Amino acid sequence: MTEIPEHLRKRAEEARQKAAGATGADKPADAAPSEATASGGEAAEGRIPVHLLDRSRAAANQPAPDADPAPAGGGAPAPSSGPDGHNQRLLTVVKSGSIQDAKSVPQDKVHVWPHLLVAEFLAALAVTLFLLAFSIFVNAPLLDLANFNQTPNPSKAPWYFLGLQEMLTMFHPMVAGVTIPGIGLILLAMAPYIDKNPSKAPEDRKFAISLMTVHLMFWAVLVMIGSFFRGPGFNFIFPWNSGLFFEL
Amino acid sequence: MVDSNGSKPTGQALAERVQGSQAWGSIFRPGSIFRKGYSDSPRNRSYVIMNSVLYHLHPVKVKRHAVKVSYTLCLGGLSFFLFIHLTVTGIFLMFFYRPTAAPAWNDILTLQTSVGFGLLVRNMHRWAAHLMVLSVFLHMARVFYHGAYKPPREFNWVIGVMLLQLTLLLSFTGYLLPWDQLALWAVTVGTNMMGFTPVFGPQVRFVLLGGVEIGTDTLLRWYVLHVLMLPFVTVIFMAIHFWRVRKDGGISGPL
Repeated sequence: MTEIPEHLRKRAEEARQKAAGATGADKPADAAPSEATASGGEAAEGRIPVHLLDRSRAAANQPAPDADPAPAGGGAPAPSSGPDGHNQRLLTVVKSGSIQDAKSVPQDKVHVWPHLLVAEFLAALAVTLFLLAFSIFVNAPLLDLANFNQTPNPSKAPWYFLGLQEMLTMFHPMVAGVTIPGIGLILLAMAPYIDKNPSKAPEDRKFAISLMTVHLMFWAVLVMIGSFFRGPGFNFIFPWNSGLFFEL
Repeated sequence: MVDSNGSKPTGQALAERVQGSQAWGSIFRPGSIFRKGYSDSPRNRSYVIMNSVLYHLHPVKVKRHAVKVSYTLCLGGLSFFLFIHLTVTGIFLMFFYRPTAAPAWNDILTLQTSVGFGLLVRNMHRWAAHLMVLSVFLHMARVFYHGAYKPPREFNWVIGVMLLQLTLLLSFTGYLLPWDQLALWAVTVGTNMMGFTPVFGPQVRFVLLGGVEIGTDTLLRWYVLHVLMLPFVTVIFMAIHFWRVRKDGGISGPL
């Protein structure tokens, strides 16, 4: 896409607005001179200066002496064909619209430096500071050396898999651990090909948004239950009664 | 040179001399702000991007709404930043870690007690990993709610779903490495589930564990996956992801 410098874009926009205002205001005034000229008053002719139009029309009506029908003949032109002894003719007027029409609509753009890079830098800095502060005060867990003979109760997967582990309590492992997440991921990846609705406006996408929100919430609730509401034997507990059985 | 009679301050003269040298000129491209200094002008703002390696990531200009933090919440960029953060802290951890069953746990303990900043760096690596899973997930939700996966960005969404899975795998493979009770049994639960894959479940489990049950072979296998193979694949997918963002016309428009 063509990038148009901002000051030029603004100038063009102003000019366009001015022109739009001018044509609106000048319509009646414009109609009068075009009627005054003998021809039907086409819009194209309205832009040609009147004296040039008159001159060319006069030249067209006046049969040239020693009429030479072949223009490529190169015969000596009549020296007195035009006013003041000039023999130039206005061949055509190319309207500015047809050669200067910009195909791309100028977009409102800003420089990446500093507008985007400063924001990115600040975000990165904030996250680094947060991680540093959090890591100073909260230690990563390191339990006892791995021991195959001592199964902790409960044994939990990492938190993002606890939704799956929660479904293990309801379904056969092949369904809970493979089929449901597999189908879920495939459907997720195919979302753009399933959702044919071209609109991005939330009011046009009520079904898609509801469906996604229900699934995200469903997943979040399962992870929450698996994380905080499952105790020894993976039985349902309340963390405020039985305590937390959760390691990050 | 010309300023032997003290017409210019020596600092400025030195700077000019360094910036005029062949070595300096060979490092910084013509037009780089490090060659000719920076003063704020539209031309120099363009040069900052155009004449630096950042040009691989960002165009010179973006749509005005694309810099609104309230639209993106910086989630995609932060996911990438956390990946870099995890790479840096992870390389530090690699210096003090051997991926074999009993030494692995001892190495972590030694790292925490005897290595300067060892505990802090390990903490940061762990929390950044959890944060990255979260930020990638939220980034996906943000993109969905903005309808940003719609044409022409369909394929980039598919790449994004793959990156989400790679993030989960990276986090999960790292989970085993401390070789403590938490690691062992979390991975036992996870791999038992994968063993229920239809048709070739036992084979999948065997390949993942490097044997019929979790042991030192599993540790080596997951270590290589965690520090080399999965990051390598992730970097490739991220490169395609970022490239497509630009090729598809920058980030999606306002709602």
